[in-house]
Amino acid sequence: MKSKKKTFETVVHGIFLILGLVTVGCVLLITVYLIVSGIPAIREIGLIKFLFGTKWASTAAEPSYGILPFILTSIYGTAGAIVIGVPIGFMTAVYLAKIAPPKIKTVMESAVSLLAGIPSVVYGLVGMLVLVPAIRNLFRVPDGSSLLAAIVVLAVMILPSIINVSVTALEAVPKEYEDASLTLGATPLETYFRVSVPAAKSGIAAAVVLGVGRAIGEAMAVMMVSGNVANMPSLFQSVRFLTTAVASEMSYSSGLQRQALFSIALVLYLFIMMINAMLNFFLKRNKEGR
Amino acid sequence: MPNKKLSRERRGYIGLMRTLMAVCASLTCALVLFLIVYVLIKGVPNITWELLSTSPSYLTQRIGILPDILNTVYIVIATLLVVLPLGVGAAIYLTEYAKNQKIVAVIEYAAETLSGIPSIIYGLVGMLFFCQFLGMQTSLLAGALTLVIMNLPTIMRTTQESLKTVPQSFREGAFGLGAGKWRVIRTVVLPGCVDGIITGCILSVGRIIGESAALLFTAGFAHALNGFFKGLTSAGATLTVALYVYAKEQGEFDVAFAIAAILMGLTLLINLAAYLTQRYFRRKKAL
Repeated sequence: MKSKKKTFETVVHGIFLILGLVTVGCVLLITVYLIVSGIPAIREIGLIKFLFGTKWASTAAEPSYGILPFILTSIYGTAGAIVIGVPIGFMTAVYLAKIAPPKIKTVMESAVSLLAGIPSVVYGLVGMLVLVPAIRNLFRVPDGSSLLAAIVVLAVMILPSIINVSVTALEAVPKEYEDASLTLGATPLETYFRVSVPAAKSGIAAAVVLGVGRAIGEAMAVMMVSGNVANMPSLFQSVRFLTTAVASEMSYSSGLQRQALFSIALVLYLFIMMINAMLNFFLKRNKEGR
Repeated sequence: MPNKKLSRERRGYIGLMRTLMAVCASLTCALVLFLIVYVLIKGVPNITWELLSTSPSYLTQRIGILPDILNTVYIVIATLLVVLPLGVGAAIYLTEYAKNQKIVAVIEYAAETLSGIPSIIYGLVGMLFFCQFLGMQTSLLAGALTLVIMNLPTIMRTTQESLKTVPQSFREGAFGLGAGKWRVIRTVVLPGCVDGIITGCILSVGRIIGESAALLFTAGFAHALNGFFKGLTSAGATLTVALYVYAKEQGEFDVAFAIAAILMGLTLLINLAAYLTQRYFRRKKAL
């Protein structure tokens, strides 16, 4: 009787262990699949030619597979989104964490979480019909579908991540720090920006890195506003990101072209892994910081 | 005014920061408001009963989104059915069973990694693994399984958070009465983490409804009207994918905005539900 109960418990323990390891299995699955399917094309094209080739013509008679335009577009696009989104998000976060009255704070926080919940295709749709024509008229360019449109959409889309993580970091700053600064004669506002913000800097850095991850991985919204031509990046030109390069040709690709798309996904995955490592570093330091 | 005593630079600094903050905070609010109002104004007038209750037909040039609505419902149900046991089980393992800190660290790192991977990569791997390797073809089931991997970290994290709030003394009391580990989990621990599971479900539903890139190559974009089981094995577009196809490939912006308005309404509803359940459970716990 007793041993029967023991076996039963061991079995249950085993089942839960397996359920716990499913996550690890998924990560391994994704990594292995991307590497296995991404390597052949890189080998055939040549790593240097693939990464630094400036011409992508996958359907031409003499196809060439250089993904430098995609890599640069993704980097420029993300950088642009960060340049616009981070200051706005950061300032809003300081306001929410330190100054806003409770009622306004509740309302604004739910507004921000709503912003996070809006599907990316809706951003893409609004971008297509509001932003793209606006850019066309404002800057007098023939087509508004451009890197700039993608940057603005991405900047809006990363706002919630930046605001939420920064607010959490700012709220965790010990009150003693601020009290000390106030007692020494600093005004509240000076205290927030010169004491609280530096004390929360690892958390805010984590927010920025999270934003980078979101921006570089976004596909649908960007696909709808960036025009999707494999140009070298330029603010008013139609461009293609790493994500949209995969998405736009996948449905009709075959052979080496298809394999090259997997290689692009592998490159994107490596970027994301680097960003994840950075994010973990900052989050850890934020925890140990005090 | 105490500010009078401050030097000019300090007053300037304070003024500048205050203005910047006001501008940025109101910009964020204005943005949210604009998005909601714009989408609803453009979309709601286009939502007709015919649109909601029919499937598209090339013969009569009619566009209906009933299949897309049903597909979304199917995929939400299928995903939750699979992800709940997996995620809750993993969370229980981490908080109740795991003694080896290394395994815990590995699992938690894996979950963090999963939540950082972009959806287009999920779509790609889902296509390779579920559709091709496991031979499911492009089907709602393949899409749902892809979304299971995506939502696993969410369910895991929310369940874990609420498991941590179940007092240790409850478990000890149950053990003291002679219950086995599984019995303790089933009768004491699980009922205690219902709030986390429900919160996780709501968050996941939001993510599933909003997801599109991961579904494009796994679930496809057919608009056939099917029952639940037939639907799972055949290709079908969810609302988001349908929006994308109508807007980008067919230029049917009226329909796209109608879908966008529906999605916006759902997003509002889900956020409200998440807020209310959190408040409800917090009050219940405080009692």
